[in-house]
Amino acid sequence: MSARDLNLWYGDTQALYDINLDMYNREVTALIGPSGCGKSTFLRCLNRMNDLIPQVRMKGQVSLEGEDIYDSSVDVVQLRTFVGMVFQKPNPFPKSIYENIAYAPRLHGTGTSRSELDDLVESSLKRAGLWNEVADRLDTAGTELSGGQQQRLCIARAIAVNPEVILMDEPASALDPLATATVEELIHELKDNYTIVIVTHNLQQAARVAGYTAFFHMGKVIEFNDTDTLFTNPAEQRTEDYITGRFG
Amino acid sequence: MERRLTGSANNAMIRKRYRREARFKAYTITALFVAFGIIAAFFTDIIGQGHSAFWRTEVQVTLDYNERAERIGRFALAEDMREIVSRGAVRSIPLEIRNNPELAGIQREIWAPAYSRIDQYRKGNEALSPELAAQVEQLEREGRIRTTFNWAFFTSGDSKLPELAGIFSAAVGSLMVLAVTLAFAFPIGVMAAIYLEEFAPDNKLTQAIEVNINNLAAVPSIIFGLLGLAVFINTFGVPRSSALVGGLTLGLMTLPIIIISTRAALRSVPDPIRLGGFAMGCSRWQVVRDHVMPLSLPGILTGTIIGLAQAMGETAPLIIVGMIAYIPEAPSSIFESATVLPAQVFTWASEPRKAFVEKTGAGIMVLLAILLTLNATAVLLRRKFERRW
Repeated sequence: MSARDLNLWYGDTQALYDINLDMYNREVTALIGPSGCGKSTFLRCLNRMNDLIPQVRMKGQVSLEGEDIYDSSVDVVQLRTFVGMVFQKPNPFPKSIYENIAYAPRLHGTGTSRSELDDLVESSLKRAGLWNEVADRLDTAGTELSGGQQQRLCIARAIAVNPEVILMDEPASALDPLATATVEELIHELKDNYTIVIVTHNLQQAARVAGYTAFFHMGKVIEFNDTDTLFTNPAEQRTEDYITGRFG
Repeated sequence: MERRLTGSANNAMIRKRYRREARFKAYTITALFVAFGIIAAFFTDIIGQGHSAFWRTEVQVTLDYNERAERIGRFALAEDMREIVSRGAVRSIPLEIRNNPELAGIQREIWAPAYSRIDQYRKGNEALSPELAAQVEQLEREGRIRTTFNWAFFTSGDSKLPELAGIFSAAVGSLMVLAVTLAFAFPIGVMAAIYLEEFAPDNKLTQAIEVNINNLAAVPSIIFGLLGLAVFINTFGVPRSSALVGGLTLGLMTLPIIIISTRAALRSVPDPIRLGGFAMGCSRWQVVRDHVMPLSLPGILTGTIIGLAQAMGETAPLIIVGMIAYIPEAPSSIFESATVLPAQVFTWASEPRKAFVEKTGAGIMVLLAILLTLNATAVLLRRKFERRW
C-alpha cells in the first residue's frame, strides 16, 4: 500500500502535508510520533474511515496493489473487506463470540453455509490465537471476555473477511502488559499473511513488532526507514530527539 | 504551628460543618416526606371515596310479568318496591316479553340492583325519608337485601342511572385510542429519529428541524386537539368522536416525545460500535439495523411507553375532537363514537348526583391502575431487552 502527495484538512486546518509513504506487503509498518502529529488521521485514510467525518477534505493518492482506493469506481464497503481495522479500545459487537466473527462474512456473502461459517470462525480464532481459550464457549458474549481477549477477538473478526491489509490504531494501549505481549506476538505471526500498519505511542513496541517505522511530526513524515536504522541511526535530528525522549 | 490529629484548634469549625451537613440532610428528608405525604393524601382520598363503588346493593324481588308490565317494566314490581329497585333492572321487561311470549303471566324471583339512593343510604352517604329507611330495615331483617361485588362496574358502559354506570366502554375506548396512537406515532417517530440521528447531515435545515421537534414537545396538548379537529375531521373527514380521530390526535402529541426519546436512545450507543461496523464493511443501514438498533431498543420502547402513558391520561385534545360523549355501549370499531377513561372521569365528576362521587373515585383508580401497569411493562421490557454486554 502506498500514499502519494497526501494532504488532508479538517475544515480549514490542515492535518497532513504531502505524505509519501510505502507500506510494504507482508511487513509491519509502525507509525510513531507525538500526539496530534497526524498518524491516526493518516491511518484512517487507508480504509477511508475519514469519509465518515463530513468536514474532512483530502487531496492526493492512496493505492492498494496499484489501484487508487479513492477512485470513484471503488466502493468503500468493498475496500474495507480488503483493508481491515482494529481500534484502540476493543469494540466487539454486543453479540456472541461466534456471531462477532461470522457477522461480516455472512454480510459480504463470503461464507454462507453453517459448516463454512463454522470453519471460518475456527480458523480465524486460531489465527488470532484465541481458539484454545474460547472454543468451548462460542455462544457467550464477546464483551464478557477480558480486554486482551476482546482485542484478539477484534483481530479475528478482521481476519475473517480475508483482508490484504490490517490497520491497527494503538491496539495495545488499553491493555495490561501481559495482554500487550500476547497481542504483539500475534502481530508477529500475522505479518506472514497480511500487510500490517500499526499506530503506536509505545516506541519499544514499534521496535519489537515493526520491520519499518515512519516518524510523523506536525502532519509530516519526518523520516521513514527500516526500524533498526530509524532507532539506532536516525537521519533527522527531530527523530533522534523524539526517540531519545527529548520531546513528545 | 504544631499540627495534631486530636483536639485541634479547628474543632469548632469542624463541628459547625457537621451541623450544616445535618441541617441540609434534614431539609432533603423533609422534602421527600412532603412529596410522599401529598401522594399518600391523594391516594387515601381517592381510595376512600372510590372503593365503595366496587360494591353494590342488591334486593330480592318478585317480578310479575303481568299485562301492564308488557308496556311499562316498572309494573312488574310490587308497588312498595318501585322506590327500592333500580329502574334499570326492569326496563327491559317489555322487550323480554315481546321476544319470548311464554314469559307472560309468570312470576320470577331475582336479585336486582337497588336504586342508587338506597345503595348510597346503606353506604352511609345519603339520607332517606323515615318510611323508606324503615322499609330498608325491614328488608335487612328479612335477609332480602345484600351487598355484592359490583361486577357490572367493569362490564357495562356509562349510564344515567348511577347504580348501573360502569367503566367498560371508556376502557375499550382508551385501548382503541392507544392502539391507534401507537400504530401512528411509533413507526413514524422511530423512523424520523433514525434518519435525524444516523443519516442526516448536520446542517442548518436539520438543526431547524431538531429545534422545532423540541418545541413541539412543549406545545400545550389542547393545541394538538385543534390541529386534529382541523386536519383529521374537517379536511380528511375522519368520523368525529371516534377512536381513530382521538388516536391520531394523540399520535401528533406523542410523536415528538417518541422522536426525542428514540434519538436519546440511539445517541447512547457508543460510537466504537458503529466504527467497528463500518470497519467491517457495513453500510450505514447495516450498522443501524445490526448494531445500533438492538442496543437502543430498550430505550426506544421505554420512551414510547412513557409517551403512551402520557397520551392515556390526556383529556383536553380529546374534548376538542368530540370524545367527551355519553357512550353507554362499548364501541366495536375505531370508527364508532367512543370515550376514554379520563373523559369518563371528567363526565362523572361533573354530575351533581351524590352516587357519581364514588364512581369518579373508582374511575380514577382504574385509570391509575392501567397507567401503573403500562409503566411496569416499560420496566419489564427494558429488563428483557437490555443486554449487559
